[in-house]
Amino acid sequence: MSGPGLEAWLGLAGVMFAIGLYGVLTRRNLLAIVVSVELMANAANVNLVAFSKFGGHPSGQATALFALALTVAEVVVGLALIILVARSRKDLHADGLQELKG
Amino acid sequence: MSDWFMFSLLGLVTVGASVQVVRATDLVHVVLWLALSLVGTAGLYVLLDAGFLAAIQLLLYTGGVITLMLFAVMLARRDGGAVPAGGSAGTLRVLPVVISLLVLVVLAILGGGAKLGTAPVTPQQLGATVMDDLMLPFEALSALLTAAMVGAIVLSRRKDA
Repeated sequence: MSGPGLEAWLGLAGVMFAIGLYGVLTRRNLLAIVVSVELMANAANVNLVAFSKFGGHPSGQATALFALALTVAEVVVGLALIILVARSRKDLHADGLQELKG
Repeated sequence: MSDWFMFSLLGLVTVGASVQVVRATDLVHVVLWLALSLVGTAGLYVLLDAGFLAAIQLLLYTGGVITLMLFAVMLARRDGGAVPAGGSAGTLRVLPVVISLLVLVVLAILGGGAKLGTAPVTPQQLGATVMDDLMLPFEALSALLTAAMVGAIVLSRRKDA
């Protein structure tokens, strides 16, 4: 009983993920949604690193490293799309983007 | 004992900043609270004996992504960057979803009960894993990052330029 166990870490990551999910579902501004997705990706990474520590194997940290790089790529493309939307519309409201609605 | 103290402190900072991320009504504040949340997560990584990941997190996220997001906010915002923090009707519909997810996660954690050892992973081990076992995904990732960069340039380029 020296420090927080795996359960404590997973619980913390679960709370962080839930907050991010709440943000994704309630926000209607595109940039705010992307920021909330970042929170969820971050929580998933905490899970991976915690598994790596308590499993004693580096593959968890390696996966977290890959996930980090993937998230950065996602942000780059996402922000480019948002700037594209901002150029052709007067606001960043997600409900206004209905051109592809069948 | 002090591990528990640092865990609680960093956890509170991270969760508190995350709550502010979904509650703040100014886009610049949203991004800055996200920065604090990511710095808190880097501290949590240090507590998990993952110093290398903590450094990468600070460099890549709080250095790169936050700057990029602030630029996007400045370029894209119209009405002063004000964002309503979710209407009351939306909140009432979303909260049950979020809470039931949290309950499911806690049930899964309590039902798991895996027996695990604790041997800290050194950066050397991490490097050997990435460069040896995960060489192909590593190369694929570099190709993906290049594609994302080119894609971002193509998307945001003005047609008449």
